[in-house]
Amino acid sequence: MSMPPVFDPHSPEARAISVLFAQTLVVCAAIGLLVAVLVGYCVVRFRARPGDPAPAENPGNKRLEAVWTAVPLGILVLLFILTARTVGAADPPVDREPDLVVVGHQWWWEATYKEGAVTANEIHIPVGRKVLVRIESADVIHDFWVPQLARKIDAIPGHPGFIWMEADAPGPYVGTCAEYCGVEHAWMRILVIAEPQAEFDAWLAHESHPASALSSDEAAARGAKVFQEKTCINCHAVAGSAHDARVAPSLTHLAERKTLGAGVIGNTPADLAHWLRDPQGVKQGCHMPNLNLTDPEVNDLVTYLETLK
Amino acid sequence: MSVALSPLEHRPVNAEESGLFSWVGTVDHKRIGILYLLTALFFFAIGGTEAMILRLQLARPNSALISAEAYNQIFTMHGTTMIFLVVMPTLVGFGNYFVPLMIGARDMAFPRMNAMSFWLFPLGGFLLHFSALTGGAPSAGWFSYAPLSETPFSSTQGTDYWILAILVLGIGSVSTAINLIATILTLRAPGLLITRLPLFVWMTFVTSFLIILAIPVLNAALVMLLIDRQLDAHFFLASEGGNVLLWQHFFWTFGHPEVYIMALPAFGMISEIIPVFSRKAIFGYELVAASTVAIAVLSFGVWAHHMFAVGLGHTADMFFTASSMLIAVPTGIKIFNWIATMWGGSIRFTTAMLFATAFLVEFVIGGLSGITFAVAPIDWQVTDSYYVVAHFHYVLFGGTAFALMAATYYWFPKMSGRLLSERLGKVHFWMMVVGFNATFFVQHFLGILGMPRRVFTYPDLPYWGTLNMISTVGAGIMGLASLVFVANIFLSIKRGALAGDNPWEAWTLEWATTSPPPHDNFTEVPPIYGRRPLWDLDHPSDSTHALEPPKDMSFDKSMVAVWTFVASETGFFVILIIAFIFFNASLPAGGPTAAGSLDMKRTGLFTACLVSSSLTLYFSEKALEKRRHVAAVSWLVATIVLGVVFMLGQANEYRGLFERGIVVNSNLFATTFFTLTGFHGLHVTLGLIALGVVLARTLAGDFKNKSTSLLRSVGLYWHFVDVVWLVVFYVVYVRASR
Repeated sequence: MSMPPVFDPHSPEARAISVLFAQTLVVCAAIGLLVAVLVGYCVVRFRARPGDPAPAENPGNKRLEAVWTAVPLGILVLLFILTARTVGAADPPVDREPDLVVVGHQWWWEATYKEGAVTANEIHIPVGRKVLVRIESADVIHDFWVPQLARKIDAIPGHPGFIWMEADAPGPYVGTCAEYCGVEHAWMRILVIAEPQAEFDAWLAHESHPASALSSDEAAARGAKVFQEKTCINCHAVAGSAHDARVAPSLTHLAERKTLGAGVIGNTPADLAHWLRDPQGVKQGCHMPNLNLTDPEVNDLVTYLETLK
Repeated sequence: MSVALSPLEHRPVNAEESGLFSWVGTVDHKRIGILYLLTALFFFAIGGTEAMILRLQLARPNSALISAEAYNQIFTMHGTTMIFLVVMPTLVGFGNYFVPLMIGARDMAFPRMNAMSFWLFPLGGFLLHFSALTGGAPSAGWFSYAPLSETPFSSTQGTDYWILAILVLGIGSVSTAINLIATILTLRAPGLLITRLPLFVWMTFVTSFLIILAIPVLNAALVMLLIDRQLDAHFFLASEGGNVLLWQHFFWTFGHPEVYIMALPAFGMISEIIPVFSRKAIFGYELVAASTVAIAVLSFGVWAHHMFAVGLGHTADMFFTASSMLIAVPTGIKIFNWIATMWGGSIRFTTAMLFATAFLVEFVIGGLSGITFAVAPIDWQVTDSYYVVAHFHYVLFGGTAFALMAATYYWFPKMSGRLLSERLGKVHFWMMVVGFNATFFVQHFLGILGMPRRVFTYPDLPYWGTLNMISTVGAGIMGLASLVFVANIFLSIKRGALAGDNPWEAWTLEWATTSPPPHDNFTEVPPIYGRRPLWDLDHPSDSTHALEPPKDMSFDKSMVAVWTFVASETGFFVILIIAFIFFNASLPAGGPTAAGSLDMKRTGLFTACLVSSSLTLYFSEKALEKRRHVAAVSWLVATIVLGVVFMLGQANEYRGLFERGIVVNSNLFATTFFTLTGFHGLHVTLGLIALGVVLARTLAGDFKNKSTSLLRSVGLYWHFVDVVWLVVFYVVYVRASR
């Protein structure tokens, strides 16, 4: 059985929080246990029995009361000191330009690297290197939360937030929007993919360029045309084409992503066809309309989109 | 020996004492209390059913039992219903029924206002639920964070009805709180000093102050949101210069005291029940009472711990970490004092005491997880996850709701004359304990597994499905337990064992009368030598105290009411003024400004009119005291004329602004200006109407032989409105025009 994500940190920041959390829980559990034992003792020992005399009155005891005022206060001072010592490690100050800007949208994440690459919902980072992320919102308040890698931070219109993200081992790390943001809040998931520096560099270089030239496949060419004519292009950007709309996720390298609709379904050609046919059925309330595509149009579009690698 | 109560002079009496209409028209605090409780029970059935639907949807991953939109509406309604239509009215219902009885009074200070407060409650509930017929219930969550709650993102009228409902309920709560404060200050039986109040009364008293100070903050924020939504203004829309976070600051300035509004009276109930069933006086009455005040005061200084995830900076985070931790100390004191009360006692585990005992443990769990939220870095991980859902349900259900169930078993015999079945009660208790803990304890784990709150479904990640299923099964057990509870109430009301006056051998005054009490509560109230009058009665040798004369009972109930009302209104205006200062400090260039739009000199002239109207009113009061009626009427007329002149001046100023195209949604200067001065104008208008009523009654000769109390209370309100204007004039015209 693996540890739950909050207690399975993979960055110094998340580790600082989980240590503090564990310490606090130990203190709290001790207090809780004490109370439970005292209550339990009262329940067993002082249960009324037939013929009991009236219990002795005890209107109070200032000394005892001073004890259970001062001792908790002392424990809290201790916890406060622990907290004060952890805050900096858990959330280090911002001292440079962000490496990555993440913008929360209803209901997906847009990630723009300082090198220029734009992607959505799936964020690649290099293992073992601190990445400064600036968090913004395009509409309502969202919250960026990848528990194994960093604290959560709200994405607030007009109030950018910053977090340091780092992963000490390769792997996918799951996260999610943690602030209720409307109808599809549940499907605004995040996937952070940490990979060794060389792989990351290759990914970033690849991601910064348009997808490899369109295949000569006829169906793909028809699909590209559908993409233009059926107004997909009004919302979605595909690097290398004329349009650069940023209303909806950039599809520049769509075929490389693991999921569609910010985690709602996978990203096989069948999933993609399903999504194109009935986006509202897959993700009710999302901003992608049903364009009433015909089956041939869907097939062509899928063929085209699958070339975006 | 006993002290007979003098009959209250103005106590309205129903012509009819039975039948449905006698309940509709009742002004009897006991009947109003029962109406509160039954209406709250009705809404509890609705809110509970909503909870069951939510849990059924979440039982399995990727479930499509209900739509996302339906889920979001239902969780919004569940939270709003449970807080505003169940917990608060239930506490108010018990307060209504028992505060007058426990202080040996015949009714509340203002029985008619009491009835009005009650009827606002079903009206608010109706407005909230009516939204479903207008295109959808509200779906922005119970704290309606902007900008999600703004028109661009919540375009149906659900949020508008939500705002109206909460405003109506808030007005009802404030008037109830004013009534309770006036009742407790002015209607205590002889000898019942403030320092001898039963702790339930004391905590209700403290809670009433929280209500009159916290609710207006919410009301002000709601009014701003409504102006945004209905008049296209932009208080909370960042894209138009508004500020998203301001809503959160306002909301939680209300929201955290609100937690204690829902907790303190429950503490009061526990503080009554544990001593009675342990057969001992409360341990450390003074500290239990004082810690309540400490909690109330601190509760206004902890709001931003709800906002740690915002990223307010470490200085703010550490301040609110410290203040939030501090509030654990007076709360912990209560726990240990309750345990010390049980210690060495002779505890009778009736159903009421069982619920009180479970309350102790469950509330402590909720309090301790609360400490983990006070620690900002932990909050950065687990806030807005299921961990917080677990936390506040341990506080509000495992704590408050368990206390309410304990109180129901404890007080039902007094209200109905019959005992609730202990057999069904124990079934209810054990099912509730098992169901509650199964539902909510596992949610702590879901939180640290990364499951966010307010999701209509979730992916099939390890353990998520299993834990959610356990939670849903627990909720089912809670639902069944609630059915047992309701069955117990309706069976026992007809067939329960007769209770007699004092089935629990309790010590406070409500047990000194029949069950149920007669219309006027008491034929006579026993003498009060201390905190436990009925105990003193049984132990005459211990009653060594002389009957102390009630030194602190010289309050005039109307003045108490107006002072508390003024305090409440101050909270409302403070928030409007803060909004004005905040937005006008850094207006985007281009739009109208205070300096460019307002004429300080001309408004100064009208300000002088309003200020002198306070003076003329003062002369009127003095004249009336000296029985110089002609002079009194003349000064009163002068006051009204000056007030009308002020209003005409304001109307003229508005006309000028409108002509220049400056309207409420022009920019944030215009929005804050019209909101602040508009609400002030509304208050002046209400004051003028009140003065008109006083004038009419003076002319009719009402005051020739009576006290000047009415004029003095209206006068106090009028002076307050004038003082508010002086502040507004300084902030809006003098300061902002520089």
